[in-house]
Amino acid sequence: MIEWSAGTLVPLPVLVPLFAAGLTLALHRHARVQRVISVLALLLMMGSAAALVVLADQGAVVTVIGDWAVPVGINLVADRLSAIMLLVSTVVLLCVLWYSMAQGMVDSAAEDRANARAEVWAQGRQDRAREAAEAGTELGADVDPEADENEQREVLPIAIYHPTFLVLAAGVAAAFLAGDLFNLYVGFEILLAASYVLLTLGGTADRIRAGSVYVVVALLSSVVFLAGVGMAYAATGTVNLAQLAERLPDVDPSVRLGIQLLLLLGFGIKAAIFPLSAWLPDSYPTAPAPVTAVFAGLLTKVGVYAIIRTQTLLFPPNEAVDRVLLVLALATMLVGILGAVAQDDVKRLLSFTLVSHIGYMIFGVALAGEAATAAAIFYVVHHITVQTALFLVVGLVERRGGSTSLDRLGGLAKLAPGLAILFFVPAMNLAGIPPLSGFLGKVGLLQAGVRDGSPLAWVLVVGSVVTSLLTLYALVKAWNKAFWQAAPDDVVSGRVGEARLPLGLVGPTAVLVGFSLALTVVAGPLYAYAERAAHTLTDGHSYVEAVFPDGGDRGIGESDATTSEGSH
Amino acid sequence: MIVAIIVGLLAAGGVYLVLQREMLRIALGFALLSHAVNVLLVAAGGTGRRDQPLDGAVDPQTTADPLPQAFVLTAIVIAFAITVYMLALSVVGRRDDDTRDLSDAARSEVVASDDPLDVAEIARAYGAAAPEIHKEPTP
Repeated sequence: MIEWSAGTLVPLPVLVPLFAAGLTLALHRHARVQRVISVLALLLMMGSAAALVVLADQGAVVTVIGDWAVPVGINLVADRLSAIMLLVSTVVLLCVLWYSMAQGMVDSAAEDRANARAEVWAQGRQDRAREAAEAGTELGADVDPEADENEQREVLPIAIYHPTFLVLAAGVAAAFLAGDLFNLYVGFEILLAASYVLLTLGGTADRIRAGSVYVVVALLSSVVFLAGVGMAYAATGTVNLAQLAERLPDVDPSVRLGIQLLLLLGFGIKAAIFPLSAWLPDSYPTAPAPVTAVFAGLLTKVGVYAIIRTQTLLFPPNEAVDRVLLVLALATMLVGILGAVAQDDVKRLLSFTLVSHIGYMIFGVALAGEAATAAAIFYVVHHITVQTALFLVVGLVERRGGSTSLDRLGGLAKLAPGLAILFFVPAMNLAGIPPLSGFLGKVGLLQAGVRDGSPLAWVLVVGSVVTSLLTLYALVKAWNKAFWQAAPDDVVSGRVGEARLPLGLVGPTAVLVGFSLALTVVAGPLYAYAERAAHTLTDGHSYVEAVFPDGGDRGIGESDATTSEGSH
Repeated sequence: MIVAIIVGLLAAGGVYLVLQREMLRIALGFALLSHAVNVLLVAAGGTGRRDQPLDGAVDPQTTADPLPQAFVLTAIVIAFAITVYMLALSVVGRRDDDTRDLSDAARSEVVASDDPLDVAEIARAYGAAAPEIHKEPTP
């Protein structure tokens, strides 16, 4: 019999979407059933995440899978950090799913044409383009063959969209809840495998090219991460995070540093920290709008989460590593935002701001105090929602204006005032205009930096203010060009884009923008929550005590056994 | 020692292949790299001082550590799935991959096509005098 307890909730965010993914794959012919299952699964996931946020506030909820005692069995841990990340992620996932479903339904008007063209699929590119053009003109639609082909490719693979999206959700949840390094690796692999498929959805030339780069980079980071896991096991004889936290301080410092750097390198690629970030702005913008939105919001943040977790829990403070991280955070901010300033495509511009703002979170992690960690956690929560909302808005801009290039957009403030508001609010939030949540997160980081007081921390404080201003500059430039300047003829005459945006697409975007505003309204309690989360992260014993309630057995690590064996 | 050499060789081969320009070679390179890490994981269980749990002698001090083997099994399955995906990418993206290195076979194939971009690319590869030679096949 199952005994119901708080711990029963912990595996749900992983199990439910995985199960639903299987169901939606089996029911791939019934689009409506697929939609219902996906929404229900994510709602259930959100419910359990919300419950976990409340429960974890009383102390981390630990579930031992299969009832195998902890160091041997697998455990899932939902402490405050995991729970809050999980809740924000599911809200974002749900909004994006809603958006993509609406997009699917809107596009399904073109489905008949797409079906007719599916038979032509196997023929050569030129044949296909010509056929598409003919099919288009027969139906009286004035579309150029290339756009038509793109549309077809976006409509066709909708059957695999839902399962893949749910697998992505399960992977994100698994990474957040993992109680040991190897499950963290598995969680990463689940979400990465799903992201490979989502990124190359439809298989257009651009997406395959971008996807190839993305897959290669992601695989490299996984290999490095796995090597780090192997090293950690060789040094300590365990991969359980709580046990690692107890044993790693006894390990030889240079070996420990090696493990730490390997893990940081692996997570750094995933989180797109500066010298390892070049892949991101090249691969994200080519994907469909909702996919880009969910990637930008979640995937890099899972890397940031892993860095926060391992840095605070596993490794004793190491000034040299922190200093390196500070320098990298500064470089990430500045290089990222300078890249954003130079872009004239909104999607690429936002991808660069995404890289840039990862720097803020790394800044918080590198300062390594309780206050700095709290600010970093708050900033992650804020950034997930705002960045996703902005990418969804850009998807709307692309529909309305027919392009994401700032040179071909214009006059949208007059043509679509609602869209202008939807862009303006998260843009100002990202730039950190008071009193929005971005401002609060940045103030927290700056205060922590000033309190740290070292020269490098001061440089970082100045650097993050400059970055914030440059973000404002880049976004205001985008605002001026896309919304404020005179509209180009194409947009006014309605030759490109759609005159009216479908409500199903505006709805989720507005909800997400509203959610980011709600983060500002509840910033007080939320920041207090982040502070409590940071407190349990940095005090060094809460996590271990939660996993080993009976005073953990420290055991003998492999390394000790090796030395004693080596002596005789 | 042998294990260390194996890991080194696999990693070196893998890195070499990953640095090539063809997607197929990159996929093979990653197969090697993931094998290198898998062997490393097995080595993390202490292959040097442990033995198979057969022979009736089941002394926990000397029997093989099952945990790294379980890790490796999982990692192999993941690497296998991703390799298949990369192979699919290399097939689908063959004509569109602009970083590819044109092998002789690919060159002759592309020359037969009427894609003006590719002809220019080949002209560059052959040097300035080449375009005249290859103008005939293009309609």
